[in-house]
Formats: sequence, structure tokens, C-alpha cells
Amino acid sequence: MSASEEIAEKYLGQIAAAGDGDALEAIRVAALGKKGEISLLLKTLGKMTPEERQTEGPKINGARQAVADAIAARKDAMESEALNARLATEKLDMTLPPPGAPKGSIHPVSQVMDELAEIFADLGFSVATGPEIEDDWHNFTALNIPETHPARAMHDTFYFPQTDEAGMAKLLRTHTSPVQIRTMMDVAKQTNGAGEPIYLIAPGRTYRSDSDATHTPMFHQVEGLVIDKGIHMGHLKWTLETFVRAFFERDDIELRLRPSYFPFTEPSAEVDVGFSVEKGRRIIGGDSRSNEGGWMEILGSGMVHPNVIRNCGLDPDVWQGFAFGCGIDRLAMLKYGMDDLRAFFDGDLRWADHYGFDALDVPTLSGGVGA
Amino acid sequence: MKFSLSWLKAHLDTDASLTEITEKLTDIGLELEGLENPADALRPFRVAKVIEAGPHPNADKLQLLKVDDGSAEPWQVVCGAPNARKDMVGVFGPPGTYIPGSDFTLKPAKIRDVESFGMMCSARELELGEDHDGIIELPSDAPVGTSYADYAQLDDPVLDVAITPNRQDCMGVRGIARDLAASGLGTLKPLALPTVQRGGAGPDIAIEDTEGCPAFFGCTVMGVTNGASPDWMQARLKSAGQKPISALVDITNYVTLDQGRPLHVYDVAKLQGGLVARKAENGEKLMALNDKEYTLDETMTVIADQAGAHGIGGIMGGATNGTDENTTDVLIECAYFDPAHIARTGQKLMLTSDARQRFERGVDPAFLEEGIGIATALVQELCGGTASEITRAGEAPTEQNVIAYDPGQCASLGGLDVTPDRQKAILEALGFVVDSNWQVTVPTWRRDVHGWQDLVEEVIRIEGLDNIPSTPLPRKPGVAKPTASPEQLAERKARRAAAARGLNEVVNWSFISEKEAAPFGGGTWSLANPISEDMKVMRPSLLPGLLAAAQRNAARGASSIRLFEVGRRYLESSEHPTIGLLLTGENRARSWQSGATTKFDAYDAKAEVLAILDAAGAPTDKLMDFAEAGDHYHPGQSGTLRLGPKKILAAYGVLHPSTTKAMGFKGSAVAAEIFLDAIPLKKKSGHMRDAFAPPALQAVTRDFAFIVDADVAAGDLVRAVKGADKKLITDARIFDLFEGPSVGEGKKSLAVEVTLQPMDATLTEEDLKSLSDKVVANATKLGAELRG
Repeated sequence: MSASEEIAEKYLGQIAAAGDGDALEAIRVAALGKKGEISLLLKTLGKMTPEERQTEGPKINGARQAVADAIAARKDAMESEALNARLATEKLDMTLPPPGAPKGSIHPVSQVMDELAEIFADLGFSVATGPEIEDDWHNFTALNIPETHPARAMHDTFYFPQTDEAGMAKLLRTHTSPVQIRTMMDVAKQTNGAGEPIYLIAPGRTYRSDSDATHTPMFHQVEGLVIDKGIHMGHLKWTLETFVRAFFERDDIELRLRPSYFPFTEPSAEVDVGFSVEKGRRIIGGDSRSNEGGWMEILGSGMVHPNVIRNCGLDPDVWQGFAFGCGIDRLAMLKYGMDDLRAFFDGDLRWADHYGFDALDVPTLSGGVGA
Repeated sequence: MKFSLSWLKAHLDTDASLTEITEKLTDIGLELEGLENPADALRPFRVAKVIEAGPHPNADKLQLLKVDDGSAEPWQVVCGAPNARKDMVGVFGPPGTYIPGSDFTLKPAKIRDVESFGMMCSARELELGEDHDGIIELPSDAPVGTSYADYAQLDDPVLDVAITPNRQDCMGVRGIARDLAASGLGTLKPLALPTVQRGGAGPDIAIEDTEGCPAFFGCTVMGVTNGASPDWMQARLKSAGQKPISALVDITNYVTLDQGRPLHVYDVAKLQGGLVARKAENGEKLMALNDKEYTLDETMTVIADQAGAHGIGGIMGGATNGTDENTTDVLIECAYFDPAHIARTGQKLMLTSDARQRFERGVDPAFLEEGIGIATALVQELCGGTASEITRAGEAPTEQNVIAYDPGQCASLGGLDVTPDRQKAILEALGFVVDSNWQVTVPTWRRDVHGWQDLVEEVIRIEGLDNIPSTPLPRKPGVAKPTASPEQLAERKARRAAAARGLNEVVNWSFISEKEAAPFGGGTWSLANPISEDMKVMRPSLLPGLLAAAQRNAARGASSIRLFEVGRRYLESSEHPTIGLLLTGENRARSWQSGATTKFDAYDAKAEVLAILDAAGAPTDKLMDFAEAGDHYHPGQSGTLRLGPKKILAAYGVLHPSTTKAMGFKGSAVAAEIFLDAIPLKKKSGHMRDAFAPPALQAVTRDFAFIVDADVAAGDLVRAVKGADKKLITDARIFDLFEGPSVGEGKKSLAVEVTLQPMDATLTEEDLKSLSDKVVANATKLGAELRG
């Protein structure tokens, strides 16, 4: 072993044994400082013969490099140890709860309205609205329900003392059908009576003076209206099938049309939907002819009565179409399994937590309209 | 409309099963609502013979019977009926049978120490009548052991059918039979019109109110005996849910239900002179059959004699002229009343009756002659007497509607291809007359059929709506266009933003009480016929409903309540879409990090408002703070956000303690209303955004602390600071507020962080100095002093 190697060996031993940064610095000064042992050794190279230098040069430089590397490595290790020691003192109980954020919710009625808008947008229907405080003409007369019509008795209407321009009582709309009238009249006006195709749904609040376990004096309805050329009951049937299957997200849903009567449609049909029973609960779709299965009425529909089209200023010999009306609260109950209608209007936060929807549960076609 | 199967079959010749009939009824638009068989409850009861009858050893009024009901061994029965005796045949219920009239199930029992099995039954116990004086006695040849229900032919299902308001013709059993026959379930039996022997002049009948009562036929039957109607008629009336009263009353009810033809029968002894159909006098009073007095007016029609009104024409008879057991002479009224008149009268009087329901829907105007004939024949058959000639006053409107029809319309409207021959056959079976040019004459009993669309409905309902093939709507060419309006999109985003911020959506009633409306200016729209005082006024604000909902939740123990509703306010001129929100209880729950709970304050409401407005697309950077949120808010802790002095987008704040107290709300609440229809919505002009490149130079911030008078609004200071250089200053934000002795009495310190965004060149010290001077100068105009 050469002298330089011996010196290097000595310092490497000291470095490994150094207890802290100060000791390490002292070692560095002693070995590599201006007057350090290895620095002095390097200076001896100048007095050597070229041959000696050739053999001693690499050795001394090697010793210097080895010691410098060892000091750096030792320094890193020391810092790392110190950091670990500090972090060890900073330990927290990560089982503690973080700060909470309040959880909000969307009411099922709003959710279902958004779902309907989405489903019908795919069929080219837009969403229309109208006033809830209506006049007699839009709610009844224009819909082919004259003052003396027995069908008025079916409507349990809320009235106001105020009257409209014609002296008829103002009232709370008993259905969303007045939106049909307002839309058709607008179209007639904008087109000077020529008319143009109309495809709309009109969801909203409706009112009837009725209150028991299954009726509330305020409820939600959605109206559908198509006015175009050559529209017939086959289109109505397809539209309803498409809507109901999309809404409940099942292909095995059957509809049954039964002849019925509404003054504003001719022909008219009530629509039943087939249900089956799974785990003790009624499910829309499936085998309605099975033991516990059956039919339940979900909406009323028909071809818009020519008098209604005429009342709105359009020509019933040119324009023909269908309309339907359906309870939104009931749709929500059937799809999501609520059994108490009154709870919809109570605002109970526990109910909202269970039946409500997350803000980001936006119904989309790609995500499935049902959240 | 309820009727028994045997009654239907009196008009319909059919081999169809009950199931086929009930399914077909629903298929053709006569919806089956109920089906029950009174015999079901009586099935266990058997015809039985008393083979021994002897005294009970321990009771004087009881007998010990041996009863043979066809079983291997006779039953021992203790019986208390006085008419029980050896060899009599009656109705026996064995042990285990439910007795419907007494609501109990028979069990073997010991009566006065003697065992008794089963029971011989009275009519009342079987709900077959009121008789409970003794047990039912059957003819001695009644076959022992057979089911009593079969023997007595009680096995007669009762159908309950919903009749839609357009189908007056089906408010009689015959009309239903006609529809079923047309649908292929058998044939309609011809109507057997009786011939009546008549003699003597008819009664004096006149019409003064020809509008209300266009036709009035009448005849008398003298020398009648009014007793109980026969069993067959009673059975049919009972199946319809009517109580048999006496033959004369039952006849009118029966013809009403059987033919859809209402009638009235007067006791001639209680009339003075002839009858007239006249307008009621204003204020004329009439005691009706239902023992209620009605005050009439001149729009109503009464049937009167010289003494006064005897009935509200076509709706209800009077209490004073009815027939009873002493009646010997009757006058039968068969009239035609105008449907609209009847409807208005009935609505005004809030009086409904079987007669009103039929007349207001329009009875067959061509059936008066037949109606009075059928009634007269029934009176004579059941009560005897001699009939007069018929007096016929006026004329019913019998002209028939003729519709030009094109059988192609069945497919073009109904979506169902039905051959012309088949269509013709269906229409004819329903009573329409179809000529070779497809001119279709509507039968007089179908007042609901006006146009070709009605004929399409007739054809397809009989052919079956199930047969209509589903036809896809035409798909519009091109890409799908968005269908939501900007307002709808704004509302949708606002709703979901509110929920995302932790608010729970509720749906409250649109109507509130007057008391709830009062603090919010009261309501303009107050219902004339509210369901209750709590639901009377259309809300002028969403807050009363939210307060009530919050109160209910608090009562259930909810500690932190954050509610919102999207709905309308109903003001005098129109309805305004609004978002209401209410925060009460704990804002932050107590926690290991932040300590005690914190309450909501007005700034929490402001934060929600700004976030929701932003989501709805309102220009929140241009909003101005104003006060005057309304009297229902705390005057010092509330505000409005406006775009210009008149354009209020939202009001928020702590609710006034008087308001919450008036609502019965315990504790304090902060609330807000966002007026969605005030938000200016940007018109979308394509998808392209303005061109943008992030500034190359870094933004810098400078802090300024000012001492101002305590009543200087922070917002004003911020606006002044920003005004120093509207281009360079991109933001100015209050980050500290301090009040205390060190800043002086009536003063406060506000610290503002100003963000500067250089665009072209780095800001020099001179630039910054000159800007700072401008900021301070602007602030000084508000009396602010730069803090040292």
C-alpha cells in the first residue's frame, strides 16, 4: 500500500465514524483543506520526475476523490437521518375526520323534469312553460270545455275573485294543457295563421282542490304536444312507448291504450303501463301477465280535437297532432320507489338525503337518463 | 254505473263469458271499475230441512233442532227463531261459515249447556233484507243440500263501469248492451215496446220556458195501488246500488237506469190544476226531495202547478208531491230539458242527481214517446189503474247530425287501416246510418258525435286500439338542435349550483296563509275556494314556505338547515321565477379543529347568492351593493345586488326578528331571494370566444391600509381604488378590517390588496409610485387617510 492510499484509508475510517456535521467538517479541513494532508500531498507532485508523477499522480488524485466522495455521501446520509428524525416527531392521527362540507340535493321532481327534457330533446321536443294563474278561456273554453260541460266537474278548480278581460274568473290551472293553447296561438300569430310544426313538452305545477292520501292540492304534470302534418295515433303510440321505455330504462315495457274521453282530444285514449313485481315491489315493465303483475294507468292522451286547433287560429284540415298529459310526481314515485306523495312537499331533510339527487347527477343520454 | 250481469243479458243476447264481457267493456272505452258477486259471501249456505224440533231442556224460548243439509249426519242446532218447526225448509250455515249480516264466523258452541252446530239464518243475517223476526222459509220442495245462492239465483255478478261524460247513452244498461253488441259480443235484443190501453183526456201541461224545457210529455194513471215492487226489479235496483222504496218510485229509477231515461211521477191528489214548465222566480224557494231548501233564480226551470213549484226541472222533485202508500192517481212526467240549462242550474245549486247527470249530458230527444210508454206500462203492470192519453207539450230537438265521412280518415287520424266494409258494419251496429256516399247519420242518442274525428274514434275503439301499429315520428333531418331556452339553461345551472354548494332543494306549496303573506306585502291572489286557511294566498315570496320547512326540520332535530326552492312568486301583474334560500342552525358544526359551532350570518347568504348568480350567467363583476332589501330583513344586516338602481337581481340578509317571530319561527335565519327573470341573459352568438393570450408579464400586488370613518362602505372604497387606473388594476380586495382604540373613535381601518397587471412593459418604480399616489388620492375623496 502506497502512502496516499494509507492516508485515504485513514480518513475514510474517520468519515465513517464522524458523529455530526462539525466532525465531518473538521475531517474535511484536515484532509482536503488548504493545508490538509491530501492537499499537501498533491503539492508534492510538482517536485517529482515525470515517471514518478505518472505513477503517483493517479494514486494521490484517487485518494482525494475518494475522501471527497465519502464526505459528500456521509453528509447526505446525515441530512436524511436528521429529516427522518424530524418527520418522526410530526406524526398525526390520520383517523381524525377532515373538515366536512355540507351535502346538498336536487328534488326528485326537478330531476325527473330534467330527465324528461333530455328524453324528449332526443325526439326533437322543446320545453314550454306558461302561467299557473290562468283564465277560464285558456284552461277550459279553448280546450273545448265550455262552461256547462260536465267535464268541468271533474276538475275541482281553485278560483280567484279576480276576473279576466271577458269577465270570467281567473283560476289556478288544473292541468298543463293551457300551455298547448298558448303555444299554438303564438305560432298562429307568428305565421299569420299559416302554422308550422310544433313539438313540445310542458312540465309544471298544476292545482286541483283535492287532498287525500294520493292527491295533493298542488302537483306536477307534463304535457306533450305534437302538431304537424300527417300525424296519427300510431305516432302517439310510438312516442309514448319510446318515452316510457327511455324513462324507466327498460325495453320490456308494454303499453295498453284504452278508449276514453277528454274534451280536448278526439279520439282519446288512457294509457296503462304493464308492471311486474320484484322483491315485493311493483316494477314498471316485465311480465304484466304474471301472477302479481298487471296494468296501471299512467297518462291520458289523444289526437288534438279539431275545435282546439281551430280555437288557436290554426286550420284543423291542415294541422293534426296528438297531446298527452302525465303526472310527474307519480312518474318519480314509480321509478324511484317513493310511496308517499305528501312527502314530496314536506321538505324533510332526511327524505331529501335519501331520495334526492346529487348536483352532478345531471341526466344525460350517454349516462342513462336515470341518475 | 252498476248493474247485474242478468240485467245486461236482458238486453244482450250473448254466449260470452263474464271475463270476455268485462275485458271487452274496458277495451271499448267503458272501463270496468269493479266486479263483485253478492253470491260469493253466501256460497257456504245450503238449503236445509228441519227434521226434528223439540224444546231446549234449559230455556223456554229456544228449540233444539236436527237439521238435514244433505250431509251424512244431521246437525244439532239450538235455535231461537219463533217460526222454526219440524219439516220446514230454510237456509243453513254450517260451522265455520261467516255470517255477513252479523259479522262473525260460526263456531260449534254450547248454548245453555247444549251443543249447537251451525245456524238457521234470517234474511238480515244474509244481508238479503231487513227481516229478522224469524228464519228464512223456503218452499217445502226446495232441494235440500244445494247451495242457497244457486237455488235463489243469487249468483249474479255486479259490474261497475265508469262512464265518461260524453256517453250519456251508456248511462242506461241498454246503451251498454248496444256497445257490447257492436263490438261483436252478441246481439242487442229488440226493444219490446209495450202497447198501452189509453182512454180519457191527458193532463193539462204547458211550457212557458221553452228554452229550458223544450218538450214535456205527460199522462195520468188513475186508480193505482202503490206497494213494493217485484223481486226482479228490486234485485236490479239493488245491483245498481239503489234502495227499493215503492213500486212507483222504483219504476222511475228503474227506467232511468235501464234506458237512461229519467222520469218523474207526481201524486195527482197533491197537485192543484195542471203542470207548467216555467222559469223560476228570482228568490223562489223550493224544498227538494233530499229535504234541503233551494233558492232559485230565473235562469232555472221549475215544474209548477197553480200552488207553486213542485220540482227543479230535470234535476230533483219536490218534497211535497211525491207518491206514497196512499197514492191512487199519478201523473207521469217525461220531459226533455236543455243540457246547458241543467248544467248551469246544477252547478249553481251544487245539486247533483241521477236525472241531472243524464239531462246535462243530453238524453235521447227522440225517446220521449217510448219513455212514457214504458213507464206507463210498468205502472199499470205493477200497480194497476187506467191510463189517460198522453199530453204532448213542445217538441224535443230531434234533428239528426249528418257527417261527411271518408273511410280513409280512419288510417290518417286513427293510424289503423280498417276496410270500408268493416267500418260501415261497426257504425251501423252502433246505430249510425251510412249511405252509399259515406254520408253518416248520427243516432239521436249520440249527442257526443259531431265530426268525422268522432266517427274515427267509434271505429277504432270497437276495432281495438291495441291493433294500432306503432309508427316512429319523422326524424328531422340535420343535427339535433338544442331545445332548452337560455332561461331554462340558467335555471338548471342555478339549481345545480345551489345543490353543489350544499343546499337541499325543497318544493313548497304555492299557496300560503294570509298571516304568512302579510310580512311580505300580502298576496294579491287570494283563492275564493281555498282548501284551508293555510293554503289561501298565492305566495308573494318563497321565504314563508322555506321558513315553515326549516321549522319542521328543526322540530325533527336537524341542527344545520340549508334549503332552497326554485319556484314562482305571484305578484299582481305576473308570475316571477325565483330562487329562495334559507340558512339556519349551525353553519359549521363544532369540531376538533375549529372549536365551537358557528352560526350563519348575512355574508353566508351573500356568498350563496353570488355563487348562484354566477352559475346562472349573471355578470357578477358588474353588480352593485344596495340596501333596501325589504322590511322582512334586518335593516342593518341585509342588502340587494343590482345592475343599476332599479334592476334588482337578489335580496339577502338576516331575516327581521319580527318576521321570524310572526311566522312562529324560533331562532334566527338568514335568507335570500334571487330574481331569475331579472338576470340579463347573454344571447349566444356561436361558439367562438374572444381571442386571448395570457399576459407575458407577471402581475404584482400592492397593499394599502386606510383609516376611514366607520360608516364608509368598504364597497365604495374598493370602487374608488379601482378607479385609479381601470386598465392596470385588475382586482382590489379587502383583506383586513380593524376597529379599535388605535385607529380612533368612530374610525376603522380597511386594508386593500391591489393587483396590477402590466401588459406592455415591466412597471418601474416611478410607475408604481404614480399609481400609488392616484390610489391614495381617490381614497382621500372618501375621507380616507393612508395608514402610516
